[in-house]
Amino acid sequence: MTATLRILPFLRWGHRPWRLVERNVLAYRRVWYIFLSGFAEPLFFLLSIGIGVGKLVGDLDVGGHLVPYRTFVAPGLLAIAAMNGSLLDTTFNFFFKMKYTHTYDGVLAAPLTPRDVATGEITWALLRGTIYSAAFLVTMLLFGDLRSWWSVLALPGAVLIGYGFAGVGLAATTYMRSFVDFDYVNMAMIPLFLFSATFFPLARYDAGLQTVIRLTPLYQGVVLERSLVIGDLNWTLLLHAAYLLAMGLIGLRVASRRIGLLLQP
Amino acid sequence: MAGPMIEAHALTKRFGSFVAVDGIDFAIEPGEAFGFLGPNGAGKTSTMRMIGCVSPRSGGELSVLGLDPAHDGPQIRARLGVVPQEDNLDTELTVWDNLMIYGRYFDLPRREIRERAAELLEFVQLSDRRDSRVDPLSGGMKRRLTIARSLINRPEVLLLDEPTTGLDPQARHLLWDRLYQLKRSGVTLVLTTHYMDEAEQLCDRLVIMDNARIVAEGSPRQLIADNVTREVVEVRLGIDADTAAEVAALKQYGDRIEALADRVLVYTDDGDATAGAVTSDGIGAVSVLVRRASLEDVFLILTGRSLED
Repeated sequence: MTATLRILPFLRWGHRPWRLVERNVLAYRRVWYIFLSGFAEPLFFLLSIGIGVGKLVGDLDVGGHLVPYRTFVAPGLLAIAAMNGSLLDTTFNFFFKMKYTHTYDGVLAAPLTPRDVATGEITWALLRGTIYSAAFLVTMLLFGDLRSWWSVLALPGAVLIGYGFAGVGLAATTYMRSFVDFDYVNMAMIPLFLFSATFFPLARYDAGLQTVIRLTPLYQGVVLERSLVIGDLNWTLLLHAAYLLAMGLIGLRVASRRIGLLLQP
Repeated sequence: MAGPMIEAHALTKRFGSFVAVDGIDFAIEPGEAFGFLGPNGAGKTSTMRMIGCVSPRSGGELSVLGLDPAHDGPQIRARLGVVPQEDNLDTELTVWDNLMIYGRYFDLPRREIRERAAELLEFVQLSDRRDSRVDPLSGGMKRRLTIARSLINRPEVLLLDEPTTGLDPQARHLLWDRLYQLKRSGVTLVLTTHYMDEAEQLCDRLVIMDNARIVAEGSPRQLIADNVTREVVEVRLGIDADTAAEVAALKQYGDRIEALADRVLVYTDDGDATAGAVTSDGIGAVSVLVRRASLEDVFLILTGRSLED
């Protein structure tokens, strides 16, 4: 058992990171309405692009399954929502607490460690993201966009996407000097949002660009979710999952070390 | 526990090539109030952060509660209370929630935290502000809340880094009073300050730090007795006095003199006699004042500089 835990450090959560989750629940209790925005955004996209644009586009072929455009785009929106949700908490909100309110200086004077802080914030981002993803999946179910029983794995898939981006987001934020640097986050997110085979199939790109897109992070999540929801399963999905897991693990590791360097010099 | 609560040997802290703490030795006994006195930049805060296990030491040895901060940080911090130089209260939470969540960081059960939080708010006189947010509190209130927060885990050692800097006299006295009560209840206090009156009021024993080193150690009274004469005559010279000549002339009156920008200090065991002699000498003194020697004088004599510089 101990050996397993050593090999899989992401499972070794411990109890201390949960204290930070409790802290965030307390903080959000007073501004619960901010919490609601996470439900609305992907839903608006689904209504506008899925239904509005979908009427103009017609059906698409996904691995031999002919599906309406809405069904094609919805899992992409799910992946985007999972990415956005976890980046909000691990970049902007994390930076604010680290640099401006010095919340973590107080936290680290208690028994918590930099790794607990990193794990706690990622856990919080995942919990929040899971609630949004679950709500969005229910919407997809109501629209009839869940075409396969494999869809039950779409929620863990969304959590995995969230984990990957949360880890990378947290690690990147430890290198930021001021809020101006958040323009880089936007500069990275917008092309990912638009070009990760989210709104049109990968086949629309020429061969060279296809290779580039295949290597980008959000693409992994989009393919994973779309395949699960439509029921187009194959072994390469494990590679996409491994990519996201690696992002999260490396991000968590880098973030823990950097938080220690910055706050415990 | 037998032996000192905190013990350091050749303790060193470097930031790159800058040496913040240069091989200091000290031992802090259970139940005592121990002070680090020195000007800004002397290495006090770096020392405190190493004791608080939030800054790894660069060299030497350090033991806190018999444990090694390099390995047992969380276990040590579980038994410490920390009042940092700058308040880092959780500004997104209320006064009450600040105490609740801090207790949770120490894994205390909620029911117990509620009891302690109510007691502590009473202790620091903030019970009527329990539902207030942190931002609108005054500086003194924030400090008191920080102290209440640091006590939520019933610490054996309380670390206070410049606890009263920036507070008005009334707020300081309230704080000192609370620290006395804690000391009486058996908590070991470790504090840094650059106010010598604070050090004299609160500390059983202290070290004077300057330029990353400890330059003297002892009780306030003993430090004064060992390094300074009993009394000091402060001679204030006129603006157009020939300072160099006057200082030379004053040398004969004291065991030792220190020339400051606006006055000359003459160290002597009989202040009144010296003051009389200086006055009748015809030196161009605007005023002559006799006072007891203080830690400020100790610092001046040991380092050649004034604490407030």
